[in-house]
This record gives sequence, structure tokens and C-alpha cells, in this order.
Amino acid sequence: MPVISYREALRAAMREELQRDENVVIMGEEVAQFNGAYKVTEGLLAEFGPKRVVDTPISEAGFIGLGIGASMLGIRPVMELMFWSFSYVAFDQVINNAANIRYMSGGQINVPIVIRGPANGGTNVGATHSHTPENIIANHPGIKVVCPATPYDAKGLMKAAIRDNDPVYVMENTILYNDRGEVPEEDYIVPIGLAEVKRAGTDLTIVAHGRATITALKAAERLASEQNIQAEVVDLRSIRPLDEETILESVRKTNRVLLVEENKPFCGVDAQIAYLIQSKAFDYLDAPIGRVSSIDAPQIYCKKLEDVQIPNPDRVIAAALEVLR
Amino acid sequence: MPAPKNTKAVTHPESLKEELPANAPEKHPVNQGLGAEEKVRLYRQMVRIRHFEQRSIRVYQQGKIGGFLHLYVGQEAVAAGTISVLGPDDHVITGYRDHGHALMVGMGMNECMAELTGKLTGCSKGKGGSMHYFAPDKNFWGGHGIVGGQAPLGSGIAYALKYAGKKGCCLCYMGDGAVNQGAVHEAFNLASLWDLPVIFIIENNGYSMGTSQARSSALAGSLAQRAEGYGMAWELVNGHDLYAVRAATADAVRRAHEENKPTVMEIFTYRYFGHSMADPDKTYRQKDEIKEYREKRDPIILWEKQLLQEGVLTKEVAEQINAEAQAEADAAAKFADDSPFPGVETITQDIYWEEDNRGAETSGRGTIVFG
Repeated sequence: MPVISYREALRAAMREELQRDENVVIMGEEVAQFNGAYKVTEGLLAEFGPKRVVDTPISEAGFIGLGIGASMLGIRPVMELMFWSFSYVAFDQVINNAANIRYMSGGQINVPIVIRGPANGGTNVGATHSHTPENIIANHPGIKVVCPATPYDAKGLMKAAIRDNDPVYVMENTILYNDRGEVPEEDYIVPIGLAEVKRAGTDLTIVAHGRATITALKAAERLASEQNIQAEVVDLRSIRPLDEETILESVRKTNRVLLVEENKPFCGVDAQIAYLIQSKAFDYLDAPIGRVSSIDAPQIYCKKLEDVQIPNPDRVIAAALEVLR
Repeated sequence: MPAPKNTKAVTHPESLKEELPANAPEKHPVNQGLGAEEKVRLYRQMVRIRHFEQRSIRVYQQGKIGGFLHLYVGQEAVAAGTISVLGPDDHVITGYRDHGHALMVGMGMNECMAELTGKLTGCSKGKGGSMHYFAPDKNFWGGHGIVGGQAPLGSGIAYALKYAGKKGCCLCYMGDGAVNQGAVHEAFNLASLWDLPVIFIIENNGYSMGTSQARSSALAGSLAQRAEGYGMAWELVNGHDLYAVRAATADAVRRAHEENKPTVMEIFTYRYFGHSMADPDKTYRQKDEIKEYREKRDPIILWEKQLLQEGVLTKEVAEQINAEAQAEADAAAKFADDSPFPGVETITQDIYWEEDNRGAETSGRGTIVFG
């Protein structure tokens, strides 16, 4: 199986879907001539031309709203946000319009739009460019939110997102763009709403999503080699829809849970996961649920401290040992 | 780029005191080609809108309509004039004052009234309400509650039409208050930059809620003139004159169809009631002003006079049309009354296409509606 990067996997997904469906349009700031601010869309303009790969002005509310309007008539726009942090200037479109139009029309309309881009801190760019809004956005019924952690999932989820008839928001991670992994050449999708056990274990369940999954896997390897502890790592992959069963199955097996996310803790995704576990697997818990998230402050610029603010393997291991105490 | 026009400042509602240029709109081909029957139909359509709105006031006062109710009374010639020139590939999107447009695109009084009362038989099964009417089968894409939020969608509809190679356009309505929203300017920019067949229609009724245009909008000349900054064509239109509205719209539609160019139309109109039924309408304008508009500029009275003068309508027929519209509105109120409320189980329906159409094509899994 070919080994390609997370970036290449995303690009392959868009390429294949552009070939598959003439209504797919790639749109965003610098996606065409510039080849993408993060080179995710590199080469697509040359291959598909300016009708299918469209540069927009810096005008998120305008072009995201335009994409939503076009999608009501059957265009399938794949809109790049250079950063998900920039969605904040387009929030009325991202939320009010994309999420609600189907409902408010009594199901007469659907909005098959994809909005994608990086949603992460850890890149030394300060608070305005480091938001992780998967929790805020997944709060809104009508929207789907996925956070791929590996190249395989990045391609499979992106293809599923483009084929989905509802708004799907794909939250990528710039730090993962160069990560490499096995990705099949043949057509496949990763169904939206399906978590995956990325590492099997018996002593403890670590639930994570996005890059926190990679951090959790690193911590799990060290827990195994240094402490002889076998942690099971459940990668949510999709925040909404949420695969409750895979989480609960793992909890019923290990009886101990640590939740890890790069999101800020207050009203974070893991607050919802903790509620789910206590309400549906309370009797299986042998210890209080542990939690590691970004330290609750605006994202700090100083790189040395930002590496502490975001969950790292050391913090995950310390929290895991606390849950196992 | 259209040549800048020299216009003196036009603010509303003071524009009542000035005669807007008319350029003999009755001689425009779109009006010359109107038969007697079509002229009477336009009259009937405006009268239907008015009676629907007036009936909805009573339903509201009976406590059967909750939330907001933004009435279109006084503005009928805008929806009637603009939508009446459209063809099969032309589309409509508007803001929250959407009842007039809905009836004009062919939505029925029954489904519209039942939506106001939150009934299952409403056009959105009671899920949208007054501000959120939709009828995609009639090329009507809402009904949008956030001021100006529909402007980018309107550009997107035009984008899709152009992408698909259709000779169509999108009429994207907004109020005079919307032109100060950023999303509207972003939509203007994209429409002109990408040559999109969209016509932005500012229904200038003089007040953004309770704030007059003079207190809300900085401008050179007029609100529509802001289009010049984006290299877009623009037009000022007397919204009390059906011929004028149709003539200007036909020109803009031709520009969209033939040249894929957008237009901004500012149509001067006036609403007789408050911003919504929740507005007691006592703080920001004088009763005399409303009276003056009702007496001198009422679009239905003016059109009726015009048709009587042209000899295509008689007083008797006009009275009959009014009686029929009133009866239709009464029947709609009864229909809404007699209709059932939607069941609790419908709260979590119509959220996701993939949930509502579970089957072979479904790609998603997992829990998306929390119980």
C-alpha cells in the first residue's frame, strides 16, 4: 500500500471527487494559483481548470455564504478556510445558514457543502489563529464535524464528506500535514460517525480526536514499555455524529477512562463524552474519568509554553497514572 | 463599468416630497406587452397579499401566532412588480419580511397561514415560521431571519445558475437596514468580481426597524449608489408605481441574462405597520407620515386608478377581487385553525438529509440527534 502524507491524502480525496462528480468545486483563499496556503490543493488548478478550482477574495462570510447558496441548487462546494479560526468572521453563514436551512424549510432543502481547513494550535501563531472550534460548531444540529488524525482517515473522511448530502466540516491539523501513512489507491470512504480503536488495550481507555489521538498513541506506547500498562486508544474521528457504541464498548472492557483533546476544557467535546460515559456506563467505571485538554487560557504565543499548553505525552501519561491509581 | 451618475442625495422617507424619475415606464416593452388580463392579475396578486397580511394581524391578535410577524402592507408593488417579470430559470431569495414574495411566487395562503400558527400543514411543517418560508419547487429559497445574511446565498444561487449554464438570475431582496451589514458588501463584491447574474433589491421602506435611513446610513447620493464602488449597475425605482418596478426589473434581468452582470436596485416603498407586530410604532415616525403615504402613494390604490383609467378594470370587478381575496384569507385562517400541530416526534426530523433518507446512499453512521 502506498505511503503518502496527510496533505497528499486530502488532495487525493479532492482530486478523485473532482473527477467523480462534475458538481464538485474547490473554493477558497489561495487554493488555485497559489496552490494552497498549506499546499493541500497543489496542482488541482492545473489539472481541473479555473471553473472547478476557484480563488476567492479574503471574504469568508461572502464566499462561504456563496457556497451554501450554490449548494442548495446542487453544486457541491469544498470550501477551504485557511484556518478554522477564520470561520468566526463567517459564523452567521457557517451556522445560521448551513445548519438551519434544511430544518427551517421542513426538509425541503439540503446543503451538501464541505468546509475544510486546519483547526489547531501548536504552531506558534498566537491566539487568533489557534482555535479548535469543533466543540462550538458540533453544538449545532444540522452540521457534521470530523477531525481526521491519520492520512488514511483524512482521505476516507474527506471523500465521505464530499459525497454527504449535509454540511460536513472537516477540521484538519497543520502539524499533521506531513505525517505519513498507508493509504490505499483504490476508492474507499471512512463512514462519517464511526470511531476506531487505534490501539487495543485492557487497562485503560483513552478517548481522543484529531492530533490528540497521535499524542495519546505516543503516550500509550510509553505506558506499555515503561510501565507495562496497556492502554486502548479510541479515535473518535467524527465529533458529530458521535459513535457512542465504540466508546462505551471500550469503557465496558477497561473500566477506566482518560479523555484527551486539544480543545480548551470548558464546554469542550470531552465534557460531552464524560456525560455520555457516566450516563450509559456508570456501573462499569472503577475510577473517576480523567481528562487532559489544552490549558484553559487563550493560546499563548511563546512556543516553549505553547508546547506545555497543548496536551503532550508527558501530561497524558501523568493523567493516565492518576486514573489507574 | 457603468458611468457614475450624478444624483442628488436621496434619503427615505423624505423622498415622498420628491418625484423620482419615471422615464415613462408604462412605455417599456415589458409593460407594453402586458395584456388586460395580466394587468388585472397583478392587481389581484397585490390585493391578495394585502388581505393575507391584514388577516394575519387578526390571527396574531387572537394569540395564535407567536414570535415575530413582519408585515408587507404598503410594499406590495415591489414583490408583485419584480417577480412578475421572471421566467422559469429565475430564482428568488429574501429576508424576513417574506410573505409578499412567497404569495407572488405561487405559494398558497393556506400553507403560509398555517406556518404562521406553527401547524403541521404549514409550508415548513411549523419549523420555520413567519421569517422562514421556503418553496424550492417554486425557485423560492427563503425567508431568512438574519439581516443581510441572505445576500451571500443570493450570490451563490446566481453562481450555481451560471455554473450550470442556465440563462437565469436570482433576485436577492433586502431591506434598507441590510446595506450596512458586512455580508451584504461581501456579496456585492463577489457578484461583481465574478460577473454573477444576481439582482440585489433594496426594499427601502425608510426605516431599519425604528431607525430612519438618515440616522443609520452614510451615503453619497443613495444607498444603491454604493454599487458604484463595486463597479455595478444601479437604479433608483419608485416602488409605488408597478410599471416603474417592472420596467427597472426587466432591465436588470436582461443585464443578468444577457451579460451575466449584477445590478443593485433601490426601490422606494413604505410599510404602514410597525417593524413587526411587536413594534408599537410610536417613537420614530409621525402618524401623518403614514397617513400621507396611505393616501397619496398606496401602490394598490394607484394601480387600481391606473387600470380604471385604462379601462381594463371596473369598480365592480375591483370590489369582487377584494371580496375574493378576503374570503381566501378567511379560509386560510380557518384552514390554519383546523390543522393539527406537529407531533413531538417531528422535533428531531428534517435535520439531516442522510438521516431522513437512510438507505443505500447513506454514508454517515453514529448518533447525530441526541435523545
